[in-house]
Amino acid sequence: MIKKFIHQFASPKTYLFQVNRVYKYIFYFSLLIYTFSLIWGLLFTPEDFVQGNSFRIIYLHVPASFLSQSLYAIMAIASVTYLIWRVKLAAYLIIAIAPIGAMTTFLALISGSIWGIPTWGTWWQWDARITSTLILFIMYLGLISLHNSFSNFEKADKLLSWLVIVGFINIPIIKKSVDWWSTLHQSASITLTDKPSIDPSMLYPLIGSMIGFFGLIFCLVIISSKLQIFKREKTKSWIKDYV
Amino acid sequence: MKPIRKKRLYNILFVFLFSVSGISLILYSLNSNLDYFFTPTELKNNDIPIDKRIKIGGMVLEGSVKRDASKITFIVTDYENSIEVLFNGIVPDLFQEGSGVVALGVINNDIFYAQEVLAKHDENYMPPNLNLKNDS
Repeated sequence: MIKKFIHQFASPKTYLFQVNRVYKYIFYFSLLIYTFSLIWGLLFTPEDFVQGNSFRIIYLHVPASFLSQSLYAIMAIASVTYLIWRVKLAAYLIIAIAPIGAMTTFLALISGSIWGIPTWGTWWQWDARITSTLILFIMYLGLISLHNSFSNFEKADKLLSWLVIVGFINIPIIKKSVDWWSTLHQSASITLTDKPSIDPSMLYPLIGSMIGFFGLIFCLVIISSKLQIFKREKTKSWIKDYV
Repeated sequence: MKPIRKKRLYNILFVFLFSVSGISLILYSLNSNLDYFFTPTELKNNDIPIDKRIKIGGMVLEGSVKRDASKITFIVTDYENSIEVLFNGIVPDLFQEGSGVVALGVINNDIFYAQEVLAKHDENYMPPNLNLKNDS
C-alpha cells in the first residue's frame, strides 16, 4: 500500500496534481498562523528584561535559522533518494530547494546582524556559530552555481546530490557549535531535553511563528519545484495537456 | 532492496563516513583554536605574550564596575578565576554587572587593556516583572 503510494507520488504528474490540490489550504493556513503569531509577538508580548524591544526580531530570526538548516536536511534526504532509487522528482526537489535555502540563510544572517548591533555592540564577529552559518550560505550558492554550470541535467543532478551529502556534515556542526566552542552567540533557548529558558508569554508566539514560517516556505518550495518540473519535462505530452 | 541499490547505499554511507571522519579530525586538531574567547581560567593556564591581541570572556563581577570619566574598570570572572579589565571607551547598552561580556585587547601584568568590549547575551528570555518576582 505505502509502496504503491510512494511510487505514485514520485511521478511528477501525480505530484503536480496532488500539490495543486493542497497548496491553497497550506498557504492560507500558514499565512494566518504567521500573521497571528507576529501580531501576538510584536504587540501583545512583554519586553525582555535586558534586551527590551529588540528581542522581538526572534520571530523572524529563529524561524529563518531553523528553516535554513531543515531545508538542507530535506535536500540531503532527497539526494539519498535520488542516488539510490533514481527518482527524478527527488532530483528536481534538490535544485528547487537550494535557492530557497540560500534565501532563508541570508535572512537568518541579516536578522542576526541587526539584532547584534544593539545587543552585542557589533554586527559581525567570526565566532563558530556565525561562521558556520556563513559557510552554509556559501554552500547553497555554490550548489546553485554548480548546477547551473552543467548543460546536461542528469550529470548535474548526480554531482549535486553527492555534494549535498558530503556538505551535510555542516548541519550538526552549526547546531552544536555553541556547545562545543565558546561563542558570542548564546546557546539554544529551546532544547528537546530541558525546560525552555524562554518565558511562555514569548515562547507560544515563537512556536506559532515557526510553524507559520515553515508553511510559507513550504509553499515556496512547492512553487519552485513546479517550475523545475515544467522546465525539465516540457517535452512530455502530459505537460502540454496540463498547460 | 535490489543488489544495485544496496551497492549505491553502501557507496553513499562510505563517502559520508569518510567526510565525517575527515572533518572530525580537522575539528579535533583545531580544537580550542575555534574558541571565540579565553576564559580567565584558560588565561591562567596559558602563557600569553604581552603584545598579542586576544579576546577574553566571562561574567562581569557584581559590584566591580568603576567608572571614571570615559574610563571604566571591571572584573571579568568565570567564578573560579578572574582578571581586571581596563577600558577607555563606550560599552554596549547591555553591558551590566552579573551578565556576560567579551573583551578584545592585550594583557599586561595581570591587567587586561581592552580595545573593544562586547556584551554577550545568554539564552534567557523573560519579561521584566517576572525577573523582579524571581529576585524577591
